[in-house]
Amino acid sequence: MASSGAVFSPIPPRAAPVATQGLVAWLKRSLFDGYANSLATLVTLLVLIWLVPPFFNWSAVNAVFAPDNTACRAAQEVGACWGVIVEKGRLILFGRYPYAEQWRPLLACAMLIALLVASCLRLFWRAWLAGLWIAALAIFLVLMHGGTFGLTPVETSRWGGFPLTLMLSVVSLAVAFPLAIFVALGRSSKLPAIRTICVLYVELIRGVPLISVLFMASFMFPLFMPQGMTIDVLLRVLAGMTLFAAAYLAEVVRGGLQALPKGQLEAAQSLGLSYWQATRMIVLPQALRLVVPAIVNTFISTFKDTSLVTIVSLYDLTGALQLALGDAEWRKFFLEGQLFVAGVYFVFCFAMSRYSRWVEAYLNTGMRRQ
Amino acid sequence: MAAPPAKRSFHWRSKAFRGVLYQVVAITLIAAAGAYLLSNTLGNMRARGIKSGFDFITQPAGFGIGESVIPFDSAESYGKAFLVGLSNTFRVAILGVVMATLLGTLLGIGRLSRNFLVRSLSSAYVDLIRNVPLLLQLFIWYFLMTERLPSIEEALQPLPGVFFSKNGLQFPHPIWSPGHAGTLIGLCVGLLGCWGWSRFARLRREATGRILPVLLPAMAILFLLTALGWVLGGAPGGLDLPEKTEINVVGGGAVTPEFLTVLLGLTVYTAAYIAEVVRAGILSVPFGQHEASAALGLSRGQALRLVQLPQALRVIIPPMTNQYLNLTKNSSLAVAVGYPDLVSISNTSLNQTGRAIECIALVMACYLTLSLLTSAAMNAYNKRASIKER
Repeated sequence: MASSGAVFSPIPPRAAPVATQGLVAWLKRSLFDGYANSLATLVTLLVLIWLVPPFFNWSAVNAVFAPDNTACRAAQEVGACWGVIVEKGRLILFGRYPYAEQWRPLLACAMLIALLVASCLRLFWRAWLAGLWIAALAIFLVLMHGGTFGLTPVETSRWGGFPLTLMLSVVSLAVAFPLAIFVALGRSSKLPAIRTICVLYVELIRGVPLISVLFMASFMFPLFMPQGMTIDVLLRVLAGMTLFAAAYLAEVVRGGLQALPKGQLEAAQSLGLSYWQATRMIVLPQALRLVVPAIVNTFISTFKDTSLVTIVSLYDLTGALQLALGDAEWRKFFLEGQLFVAGVYFVFCFAMSRYSRWVEAYLNTGMRRQ
Repeated sequence: MAAPPAKRSFHWRSKAFRGVLYQVVAITLIAAAGAYLLSNTLGNMRARGIKSGFDFITQPAGFGIGESVIPFDSAESYGKAFLVGLSNTFRVAILGVVMATLLGTLLGIGRLSRNFLVRSLSSAYVDLIRNVPLLLQLFIWYFLMTERLPSIEEALQPLPGVFFSKNGLQFPHPIWSPGHAGTLIGLCVGLLGCWGWSRFARLRREATGRILPVLLPAMAILFLLTALGWVLGGAPGGLDLPEKTEINVVGGGAVTPEFLTVLLGLTVYTAAYIAEVVRAGILSVPFGQHEASAALGLSRGQALRLVQLPQALRVIIPPMTNQYLNLTKNSSLAVAVGYPDLVSISNTSLNQTGRAIECIALVMACYLTLSLLTSAAMNAYNKRASIKER
């Protein structure tokens, strides 16, 4: 429309858009976005102020780092005594293992950890990895036990500390793994008797606490043996932990079996594969791949659960700590030792849980659509 | 499926025959192993002169129990001691479940908060707690409770009448008087009133479409009726206040440092797992559900209560029950700090009577019953709550 007498009047400029980037905007968006949020921020800040500076003062500023008992006692109320770790570190980490021979558990642990790390890489997910594990466990036991290759024998009652923790978790899981696969297959089997046996086993074990299984291992297993035959307490506890881990692992594997589309098995059967061929070549590779994160999580809980062997008088990392700080001179500084041991557990478990998350995302890439 | 009728041949190479064969072999192997172990056990017990049987249950226990819900005397039987242990397990487990649920839900919501500080602090808590063994955490709490707290002469007093020291926690405790029955009756009537009001509000809404507030009136009804019951009962106000003397704190209710350690340790540990359960449950509800309820004109609270929560709970409840069960099973670690729970009592009995098999079997039976009952309930719930597909 041809406007005749319209006077040009500019509309007032719009306000600048609210900043969405930069520190102030971030603070406003994520910390002070409304009353409730601001209140939450303030409360959290108060908690942090209440906790962090005192802890920092205690653990760093006023702490004693030298293994000096008198200095530690002087600073006892205000500062941590990390010197206790320097003084007792080897006793905590290796338990009662002979002092001069402690390079052996160190080497054995380094080897197992290296293999653990290697097993985390897709590159090593091959059939020969199982062989490598068997070889590594054999070398581990030879190194720890000695008696061959000119190594002085060290009886199992002197094993302790971190090597024991690592061994209990790795060995029990390594032995439990094949068992768990069979139990999981059995539980999804069509044969009623086999299914019932597997269900009974899994539900019985999962229904009771680990500590009662360990008590069973230490009090009842000796009665099961033929007369005159005794088995080592370590072996008994290992058997108990394996039976326990296998039940949990079986449920994990069964989850993978159930998640597998039925068509895979049907396709395998239509190709003329037998049950074992189909299981070995079609079902298990896919099902296990689906549950790798869950297997890692089971490993984390087994690793933490090994601390329970302390209650049946084995000196794993937790137990070795009780042993190391038992003397009157240092027992005041239990907390520092406990925090150190907690740190060791944390490093391993945290690394594994991060790996489990990573591998979940990594394995999903092929399955993701779009 | 209209498969061609399978020939039910029972030839020795047929599938059916092999199935039967495998099962017979499996059962035979297990029976043989069982018989072998049993004969070994019986032989060993005969050789070592171990008596067996559950007759010890009725014999006097001969040991005292430090704390219990049910009063216990060392002259009473082992059976009673086991009951006391079971009640102690339940005491710490029930309180732990309630506290862990509260803390865990807060943390789970906190992990999804927009607030950076709240989010990172909740995540740090979960990562830190889940990656350290519970037993070690219990040892740390126990050390803090028994070594780092002030002695009872210098007990901390966080609230008037509450004393916190190496000897545990002492707190005011209402003295039971008949008047409290009135309070209880008031509470029950109040609960009925709440139910009545929510029913009335629902019927009203369905009939007229008018929405009545439910939560606040219901809480008011509950509170007022309970208070009324208390006043009608004569307003009994007797409190058993703990009092501080020169060397001790006497009176009031008290819990031991062992109980506090186990309760705190289980709560803190399980809360981290519950936080993950809650977080996964919240994340499982697609955002579209929230948008759809907004499009229907539901308020934020209504959307949460009527649309999001029911769907999230379907995902949350089964793993949550699992965590409750885990907490109960983990309470068996109480034996490490000397809290007289079921496992601890059984251990003492085992050492005194030498009846290892019986004592361990009793403990396992208790936990197993609990687990199986819970999983039966869970299966029933899952059947009811699962999405009905037609």
